[in-house]
Amino acid sequence: MSKSQNISTAAAQPVLEMRAVTVSAMRDASFVVVDHVDWTVAPGEFWVVGGPQHSGKTDLMFVAAGVLPPAAGSCKLFGLETRSFSEAELPKRLRVGYVAEGGQIFNRMTVAENIALPLRYHKNLASADAAPEVKALLELMELSPLADVTPAHVPANWRHRAALARALIMKPDLLLLDNPLSGLAPRHQSWWIHFLDQLGRGHEFFGGRPMTIAATAEDFRPWRKAPRQFAALHDRQFIPLGTWQQVESCDDPGVRELLGPALELVT
Amino acid sequence: MPRELYAEPVQGRLAKAFGFTDTQVFRRAPVPKTYSDFLGRKLFLFFLTVQGLAAFSLITLGVILRKLTAAPNLMHPRIRQEISRAGVAMLPMFIFLALALGFLVIGQAVAALAAFGATNYLGSTMDIVIVRELGPLLAAMVVLARVGTVHVIELGTARALGEVEALEALGIDPVHYLVMPRVIGMALGVFALTVYLIIGSLASGYLFAFLQNVPLTPRTYFNEIVQALGWLDFVLLALKTVAFGFFIAVVTCYHGLAQPLRLEDVSRVAVRAVTQGVIVCVLIDALFILLYLVAS
Repeated sequence: MSKSQNISTAAAQPVLEMRAVTVSAMRDASFVVVDHVDWTVAPGEFWVVGGPQHSGKTDLMFVAAGVLPPAAGSCKLFGLETRSFSEAELPKRLRVGYVAEGGQIFNRMTVAENIALPLRYHKNLASADAAPEVKALLELMELSPLADVTPAHVPANWRHRAALARALIMKPDLLLLDNPLSGLAPRHQSWWIHFLDQLGRGHEFFGGRPMTIAATAEDFRPWRKAPRQFAALHDRQFIPLGTWQQVESCDDPGVRELLGPALELVT
Repeated sequence: MPRELYAEPVQGRLAKAFGFTDTQVFRRAPVPKTYSDFLGRKLFLFFLTVQGLAAFSLITLGVILRKLTAAPNLMHPRIRQEISRAGVAMLPMFIFLALALGFLVIGQAVAALAAFGATNYLGSTMDIVIVRELGPLLAAMVVLARVGTVHVIELGTARALGEVEALEALGIDPVHYLVMPRVIGMALGVFALTVYLIIGSLASGYLFAFLQNVPLTPRTYFNEIVQALGWLDFVLLALKTVAFGFFIAVVTCYHGLAQPLRLEDVSRVAVRAVTQGVIVCVLIDALFILLYLVAS
């Protein structure tokens, strides 16, 4: 196979591919939260998966990130079955960035140490060697004043942002976000949407390469302004919906629930 | 509660519980109505815990052997930090314990032996009581109580808050990052503290005997002890204390990390981990008594 054929095959390969996936709950493997998920995320796409609380958004994202194996079916990240992830496939695994709901940044470290952790672990860097890259990212995310503060003293809005910085430090190709706008003040929500759109288009900090993004949400409306792909979790089913126009025209009551009273954002 | 209501969820999850050795499923179930059910559940929990601990020990050992040199710039400071926590930071407490042990036990034993003219037995008595048994076991218990509980609470809270999943999502092996430094730190910590405890208590024991006017020169006292010690004592002392440290760390990390926890479970799990840590230490001690008997 020629080099150009190789490149075109790699370009056509989905970033994330789920086939007949059954997702069970993280805390109780016998409880199925979403069944028969067929989901393909192509490079450069921006997906928003909506669902009410306890609809399985977090567990779906855990499966997508390769943290939780699917109870059944096949889940592939960059063409590699997540079930078979081993040390040898770590470079592929590191092409995925994951931001948990609430951030889950480590309480015993400062914000800067949290952000530096993946870099130091995977590239074996001393604290001083990782510092320039961490400092640049802290400035980009407007987190510099909080660099030496532990999470207990950081407001929730900024903790979320620190978690995003930690996920981005390894410059991933796929960014998975679990309910990123949950609990954020409107000003921060609008910062997140704007920043994620920049990442989706290709941010200069990350070499101008468009990032593939998949986020979960309890409300579709904050995400309506830019072209994105939408899907919904309802009654343990994964329902691909398409564009915003298709979401608006959808009659499914579970989807209509995700279009509740409007929340006006400062944009 | 009717029996069927507790039996259904428990029986429905037996296979899963075997698969994940998730004892929480059983612990959260209502208390059984009959003694036979109660004993059966306890027995089942015991085997699940043994299975889980054995698997976790092997996983930890495998990770230590494979990844000891991985990411040294990050991991070596963490290992040093754990050695400091389970060893250096405990030194003032162990100096106090060595003095107390010397005054309360050894000094009185030396005085009693001298009163009966049985100073010939002094060396072998000190060897068995302090070097083989009391020193290592006391050191292990104190480290378990002071550092082991901290492990369970730290790791249990991290697990309950989703920090462990966050580590996995970052491609960081939680056993390598969280367990390995604690295991190495505790194994070396218990070993070093035991040596200090033995030396300190033997020295303070003589001091107490001297204050009681026991007719025993320091030369005679320490000669008796040195003559009673053989190479086997040193080898088995090292192995035993490292084994204590390793298994205390494994038991406490297993309870904090290996099972899905809620925040309200953490205190209960800490108590359980300390209890099982004590049992494991006593079992290891019994195993080493057998080794002494076989080897000597």
